[in-house]
Amino acid sequence: MIADELPAWSLGDAGVDPVTLPSGWPEALDRSWAFGDGLGTGVRVAIVDSGVDASHPVVAGPLERAVVVELDHDGRGTVEEDAVGDVSGHGTACAGIIRALAPGCELTSVRVLGADLTGGGDALVAGLRWAVHEGHDVVNLSLSTTKARFAEALHELTDLAYFGGCLLVASAHNMPVASWPWRFAPVLSVASHARHDSETFFHNPSPPVEFHARGIDVEVGWGGGTTIRASGNSFATPHMSAMAARVLGAHPGLRPFEVKTALRLSANNVKGGADAHGG
Amino acid sequence: MRTEVDLRAAVAAGVLSASRGRAPLLQSIADVARAIFGARASSIMLFDEARAELVFEAVSGEGEELLGRRIPKDTGIAGWVLGARDPIVVDDVAHDPRFAADFARGTGYVPQGIMAAPLLLEDRALGVLSILDRPKRASLSLVELDLLGLFAHQSAVALELFEAGRRAQAALDGDGELAVLARLAAALDGQGAEGRSASIALMAALERVLSPTD
Repeated sequence: MIADELPAWSLGDAGVDPVTLPSGWPEALDRSWAFGDGLGTGVRVAIVDSGVDASHPVVAGPLERAVVVELDHDGRGTVEEDAVGDVSGHGTACAGIIRALAPGCELTSVRVLGADLTGGGDALVAGLRWAVHEGHDVVNLSLSTTKARFAEALHELTDLAYFGGCLLVASAHNMPVASWPWRFAPVLSVASHARHDSETFFHNPSPPVEFHARGIDVEVGWGGGTTIRASGNSFATPHMSAMAARVLGAHPGLRPFEVKTALRLSANNVKGGADAHGG
Repeated sequence: MRTEVDLRAAVAAGVLSASRGRAPLLQSIADVARAIFGARASSIMLFDEARAELVFEAVSGEGEELLGRRIPKDTGIAGWVLGARDPIVVDDVAHDPRFAADFARGTGYVPQGIMAAPLLLEDRALGVLSILDRPKRASLSLVELDLLGLFAHQSAVALELFEAGRRAQAALDGDGELAVLARLAAALDGQGAEGRSASIALMAALERVLSPTD
């Protein structure tokens, strides 16, 4: 009852809005086509976060690369190789979720956050720019900035990524405040559903949040080799990054809008189309 | 922009002393937060930016002796929430590396579970609302997480009103350019009907003199 009235982004207990495709839709799309073998093999995923602890069991394998954004006094960022790992645990949590669902993908860590997850918009912009320019297929952004002065730069970067074939997967804020870049249309934006199933995701017919994925009470890897149970859109987002990696592993070269479409058409709440008529 | 806001606030302060209600408001937020979630305790820590510390401004339930205590801004789960600007729910703090176990033991009350949310206003984090030891449930519901975020946001909006009152009070007490306006507003408010009418006419004349002419 209350869930219907809350202006928050997560998927309320009231349930999922079913989406019915037009009957003239040419072909049904199921997950075996969308995901192929489900490994996401060779897909390059960047995690812009607090770093990644490659030695943590949940990460289960080496990183393609790890870099950190260093800021000078004027807020200009330079990107350097990073041997520190994860200063918080947040990035390792994201990496573990992605690796568990798309074990064949290549992971790169782009550290822009400090131990207390402070980082500032300058580091976020510089880290994201680097990840896009390096040609990653998917960039996981389990973070956002509430500072409006960074919105324009982030908007430009989301367009750059979209036209360059790089899918940005970004968390909606967990509170009813304005934040960026998840609200921009080129981004695949994610909030939480409460089902304890990492394979379940929903397309949201009422944006700005476009997808709901598992984000409540998720067991994740954390700092110092630990494991914790965590909740929030930060943990729903890597579920969708992994799903995007699966799609790109099965169908290399798809553009971001095509990956979004494939995910929409294979979401748990989307039915209909030619398939509904036996086509 | 900020000067205009302060100017309006300063004039308002002549007839409204907002800052007196600050402590009861904070206490009320802590009490209601505890009641909403049926928790053993709740607290509000405000961020003292100049000293990079979090200050316990209101406590409900366990730990009332913490009032006024200061901790470094990056301490424990509250510090993490302040930095991350994101709500958090931890049902078993003993196994969470972010938990400030030493600090908790020092207070004599070690919670098992904490949920906390930042008091956010646009790009500013005013502090942290913490809920300690809500009843154990099979699992956290999204409604609880949303409610936490929404209530924290409402609290931040209320706090901002009082911050405006505090700035206004400072202007009223000071010797700056704004103080004379605030004193005028206060004097006007204290006048009888006849004097008030004459004063308003005088100020209207002053306004005409000060207004740019075509």
